[in-house]
Amino acid sequence: MSATQAPPSAPEADVASRGIPVNLRPILVTIAIAAVVFFLAYLRTGGSGLILTQALVTGLLAGGVYGLVALGLTLIFGVLHIINFATGAFVTMGMYVTYVLSSNFGWNPYLTLIVSVPSLLLLGIAIQKFIINRAMGESHANTLLLTLGIGLLIENTLLLIFSGNPQSVRTEQDRIFNIFGAVATQSRVIAFIGAMILALALFIMLQRTSIGTAIRAVAANPTGARLVGINTKRIYIITFALGIACAGAAGTMVSPIVSITPVAGEVFNITAFVIVVLGGLGKVLGAVIGGLIVGLAEQFGGILFPDQSNLLGVFVVFVLILFLRPQGLFSSGS
Amino acid sequence: MSPIVTVEHIGKSFKGLRALHDVSFTVEPGEVLGIIGPNGAGKTTLFNCMAGMFPPTTGTVHYEGQDVTGWSDARLARAGLVRTFQLMRPFGSMTVLENVAVAAAARGESEKEAEEEGWEILQRVGLAQYATRTSKDLPTAGLKRLELARALALHPRVLMLDEVLAGLVPTERQPVIDLLLSIRDEGATLLFVEHVMAAVMALSDRVLVLNQGETLAFGKPEEVVANPAVIEAYLGDEVTDADAH
Amino acid sequence: MSDTLVQTVPSPLRKRRFLDNNVIALIVLVALAVPLPLLMDQGQEAVAVRVLIFAMLGMSWNIMSGFGGMFSFGHAAYFGIGGYSSSIFLVNFGISPWIGMIVGMGVAALYGVIVGWLCFRYKLKGTYFALATFAFAEMLRIIVQSADIVNSSVGYNVPLIQGSDWWLMQFPAGSPNYFWLGLGLMAACLLVTIVFMRSKAGRFTVAIREDETAASSLGVPVLRFKLTAIALSGSIGAVAGVFYTQFYLFIDPELAFGAYRSIEAILIPVVGGIGTIWGPIVGAVLLAPLNDITAAILRNPPPFLDFLEGRTGLDVMLYAILIILVILFLPKGVFGTIKEKVTKR
Repeated sequence: MSATQAPPSAPEADVASRGIPVNLRPILVTIAIAAVVFFLAYLRTGGSGLILTQALVTGLLAGGVYGLVALGLTLIFGVLHIINFATGAFVTMGMYVTYVLSSNFGWNPYLTLIVSVPSLLLLGIAIQKFIINRAMGESHANTLLLTLGIGLLIENTLLLIFSGNPQSVRTEQDRIFNIFGAVATQSRVIAFIGAMILALALFIMLQRTSIGTAIRAVAANPTGARLVGINTKRIYIITFALGIACAGAAGTMVSPIVSITPVAGEVFNITAFVIVVLGGLGKVLGAVIGGLIVGLAEQFGGILFPDQSNLLGVFVVFVLILFLRPQGLFSSGS
Repeated sequence: MSPIVTVEHIGKSFKGLRALHDVSFTVEPGEVLGIIGPNGAGKTTLFNCMAGMFPPTTGTVHYEGQDVTGWSDARLARAGLVRTFQLMRPFGSMTVLENVAVAAAARGESEKEAEEEGWEILQRVGLAQYATRTSKDLPTAGLKRLELARALALHPRVLMLDEVLAGLVPTERQPVIDLLLSIRDEGATLLFVEHVMAAVMALSDRVLVLNQGETLAFGKPEEVVANPAVIEAYLGDEVTDADAH
Repeated sequence: MSDTLVQTVPSPLRKRRFLDNNVIALIVLVALAVPLPLLMDQGQEAVAVRVLIFAMLGMSWNIMSGFGGMFSFGHAAYFGIGGYSSSIFLVNFGISPWIGMIVGMGVAALYGVIVGWLCFRYKLKGTYFALATFAFAEMLRIIVQSADIVNSSVGYNVPLIQGSDWWLMQFPAGSPNYFWLGLGLMAACLLVTIVFMRSKAGRFTVAIREDETAASSLGVPVLRFKLTAIALSGSIGAVAGVFYTQFYLFIDPELAFGAYRSIEAILIPVVGGIGTIWGPIVGAVLLAPLNDITAAILRNPPPFLDFLEGRTGLDVMLYAILIILVILFLPKGVFGTIKEKVTKR
């Protein structure tokens, strides 16, 4: 069935008006909206600059990790053109790997990266090779449902093995940093820094290594890439593996912060999708910056709508972007 | 007799790219108007503006005396101004008969009438034996006829054909041309964009030549073909039909 | 392509009658199903009722997403609107769930039309459309979850009555009336689906799915029929929600609007046969009992599965495996594949 279209079917961008380059306009609009949101939040908190600063700091720190997850998602989309609905489940997997190693063997949670990342790479290779590659040519609807199924399978396997009881991972005493008056726990700071380092590493890999170039070639032009001898199936495998390894690494790094349950990754799923649309499907830099924006949206949404879940702010941003600029803030035109 | 279609000063720009500029012409009822021009001349854009896919940036289109500028393609089709597409677009999972019946139903006929009319049309265009076949299984020539059949179901008074002969081998072309002429004989007006020069010359009462979005020539086929500007425009762009005879 | 010979092809036109194959099959199905509750124990009847709920939920998704090609990832919204409408009317005002159902159907249809119209106005298609439907459903859930006027996260308990009452849509637990009520609702929804799909509106819906541009250029008012399919989809989804609430006597934001409900709405028709009349029924029959089978296994696992005792998650695991297998090997779903094999002969 020819259900869904390939995602970049955005409406035609407005003709550039008043001489402002099209690329700059959405960014200026975003800044303007952000300024309005700041102002409203300021009023909401009764003029407390401290709460605002706290929101800023917490939002940015969280946003860095969201960005790493989104990076994996956007990479997978850019190359394989599939929407990985299992992203959150892979984040959860990373958390559980860390949990098992840390609670059974006493490992330092951050050390478990050397296990969680490779094991997720291997898992990704297996999944892409044996499952997804079979369905690669098919309609987007099918691959969407396939990754949905994979995500459900992972989540419920975890549920079956570990039950739904929340688990936690301990680190040594969590130092508290003071950033412009706002409070940031050490684990959040480490998660942010770790996410940024991994994102940078991925970016360098894409730009500087031959594998990275091959990946970018397949993203830009799969047929052309095949013609110059690149094994696209192999690149799909590698890219998918990298994408979910990002998710798993993010899971490991936030494990000291969150309560670990089989559905703990779901919030990362949602935010990843919002970020990827915000930043532009397939745009690596957009994913990182989009991550920061969404992290802030979550916090400021919490200030503006105090009785609702934090995610409401995220969804409002999502809806706005879907309707006003579905190609993302960093795409030029449509 | 007043023209059935009047196009006045049509212009169309996409994000600063000018696809059409100040194109004006009329179409007499019952005539066959050929539209030619090198690739990128704006022929399909002109069709799209006239048939309601998108409105022109400037200018107007009148159909049967009414200003139809900005009407949607669906509304125009129901009013008898129908266009076919260059790329075949069947409703793949539906049968050939169902494809035609959809168009007849859109005109307002009941399901029963639409099916009956569809069957008559299929017989007329020579697709009768494929009536219950899934349309995506049709060969190219069949799909072309299906496009025509669907258009016929709308009882078009003006039929706009976008490269209806493209993709057909020469032996497949004559039956389609005969069919088009029979449609004309029933009183329809035909506009067709075409690269098959032989067909354009043989069929058209008049020819409109576009180049780079502007009118280059408009008149009888013999006049247009002898026009030095037209010849020059084509020298820079191969005429795609090598076996013009 | 020879057309120089006189066409002597027999006319493919058949007499149109109300009782076509699908309707006859429906009548047979209902006739066979009616005596079932008398042969089942209470536990089995609960499974049978769940089959009916699944069928309606799946049917609802199938209309806009299977036949209509507009993938909905937030179908729980319709289900939840139905469940909440009937509960609010019943619990707060004592009004019959039948009235609540009519209202719920209307509100669900309206919700769908508004969301759909917004998406189409902004030209969202395919995955973007799906994400938008998901976003709206989630927002609905979040808002309901914190709105005291609809009992926030507590939800609604349907007040328990003694005995059977068709007007209040409530019967003693295990009563065959629940099954017959559900069967009637499901059959009505299925009949509406059958009639719709073979009507002009249904044909237009499929044509729009196949090629929207072509349909539009042939005079089909695309927006109108897309919204019609969505409205119909939404109303049937609401019916499922109402029946669910009256059977389980409870609804809350998670059960009503949760992402899991939306996923269920997708799983059922996709496994059964996307874009076919009977796909959702087949999917419901296959998936609904899995809950109970896996629950039974997990309660008393056979020796080699001892480690599973007392755990949860096996049912959804099986759902997930099924959908993966279906996508890989039977992309048209169980029924869809069978239908294809049969018509190819």
